[in-house]
Amino acid sequence: MGRKTSLFNVVPVALGLAFLYLPIAILVIYSFNGSRLVTVWGGWSLAWYHALFSDRAMIDAAWASLRIAALSASAATMLGTCAAVALTRLGRFRGRLLFSGMVYAPLVMPEVITGLSLLLLFVALSVNRGFWTVAVAHTTLTMCFVTVIVQSRLIAFDRSLEEAAMDLGCPPLKTFLTITLPLITPAIVAGWMLAFSLSLDDLVIASFTTGPGATTLPIRIYSEVRLGVKPEVNAVCTIMIAVVALATSASSLIAKRGAVRRERAALSAQV
Amino acid sequence: MLLLPYLWLTAFFLAPFLIVLKISLSQPALAQPPYVPVLDLAAGWAGLQSFFAALSADNYALLGSDWLYLLAYLKSLQVAAISTVILLAVGYPIAFGIARLPRWLQPVLVMLVILPFWTSFLIRVYAWINILQRDGLLNQLLLRLHIVDTPVAWLSSDTAIYIGVVYSYLPFMVLPLYATLEKMDETLLEAAADLGCPRWKTFWLVTLPLSLPGVAAGALLCFIPITGEFVIPDLLGGAETFMIGQTLWMEFFANKDWPVASAIAVALLCLLLVPMLFYERLQQRSFEGGR
Repeated sequence: MGRKTSLFNVVPVALGLAFLYLPIAILVIYSFNGSRLVTVWGGWSLAWYHALFSDRAMIDAAWASLRIAALSASAATMLGTCAAVALTRLGRFRGRLLFSGMVYAPLVMPEVITGLSLLLLFVALSVNRGFWTVAVAHTTLTMCFVTVIVQSRLIAFDRSLEEAAMDLGCPPLKTFLTITLPLITPAIVAGWMLAFSLSLDDLVIASFTTGPGATTLPIRIYSEVRLGVKPEVNAVCTIMIAVVALATSASSLIAKRGAVRRERAALSAQV
Repeated sequence: MLLLPYLWLTAFFLAPFLIVLKISLSQPALAQPPYVPVLDLAAGWAGLQSFFAALSADNYALLGSDWLYLLAYLKSLQVAAISTVILLAVGYPIAFGIARLPRWLQPVLVMLVILPFWTSFLIRVYAWINILQRDGLLNQLLLRLHIVDTPVAWLSSDTAIYIGVVYSYLPFMVLPLYATLEKMDETLLEAAADLGCPRWKTFWLVTLPLSLPGVAAGALLCFIPITGEFVIPDLLGGAETFMIGQTLWMEFFANKDWPVASAIAVALLCLLLVPMLFYERLQQRSFEGGR
């Protein structure tokens, strides 16, 4: 597109970003509000963070959420990567249409339907609901996002690298492990992180599939929020936003450093 | 490679739907599980026969005859359609602007659009309660500026739902639009300009038609999930009209009527089947085209 930068282009972008970030900024600022009334500013204070750290139920919920997210993100990354490789490298196989349909459908499927159907499955199998059922449900939901991310990377990179390795007599499995896997690692990492944050975030599916003793953080926050705005909830949300911001900036830094190192290695190889 | 995800999706995505379909044809009961008939495989052929004999379409008849459900479906479609139009109107200038800014800046801006998507959906909806409630920041601002004399009831209204939906789904609209606008061949625009075509006409005749795949992807990516949305109307909307996601939630958690909840889910799925198939085609084509 044209390089000319005009007000016509800058203004919508600036307004759009302001719209996206202003509500979050307000929420963060008000979590440091000293006043009990959410709408009255009572000076800066850490009171709500203090209250939060003595809230046993909230901490338990956060811990359960983190464990579920880590477990389901790892399983989803494995399954999703397999699915992406199958879709891009196997060509036409039996049941491909059904398979790709099942892969893409959860991306847009309303959460109430996915949640309800998984719950009814667990009931039909008479499984005790709790930690594991939520983890399985989140794996199913998030693996599709991993597939899409890894798949776009698999399509984008140069296939002649794989073909060269195989022409030189490298067996397919070794080619995959030494050539393909390192090349798609950034996408796999990004997929894991997305799966992790989606699982951490999910309210609807977790509400359907959870059982006693497995209250996740969103379920806990939701039950508080239904009763109205609370400064403690602002504090929880601020912590979650901080964690996400730290994780994304750290991962992009790592990715950048990796790219720089690779470039240097390539340069020194040329010299 | 293929077997593991295939089995997983069949077990945890496809099979559950068949169960939903089955239960939507059952009747509620005061039992555990709370519906009859229960398939009893131990009874053999006779059990199977009595099971099929006991299935009925009563729940669907209820959905079709009770205005409560029809209104909820209509309301969902209305909210999804209007929101999608607003999202297009808001998202297109943003995506267009990003695609025309200097190239080094574009990844940063795209990152900034994605970033809110990584923070919790629930938090982002909750953030708006802070702003929209009766003594919230918006009303404080409007009162201070003397635009209104009495606080406006923003919360628990359709306006609040639209604000929440547009806010939450904006990244889903901007990203596919940006992806097509960014790929567009610049020489086409230059050719149009060289031949004396005015800017707005170039946009109308060249840019917009070429970006239609992005428009379709963004619109579907927003329309389908919004139709089944639960969190946003539940936290920001009013109590007089429910969206279908809320109705399903109510039937399931409050009324404990699992068969009717299942029937609502099946009907919602049928409603969304056509847009979903369109979306799948679009996804597949974009991946196949990139090869």
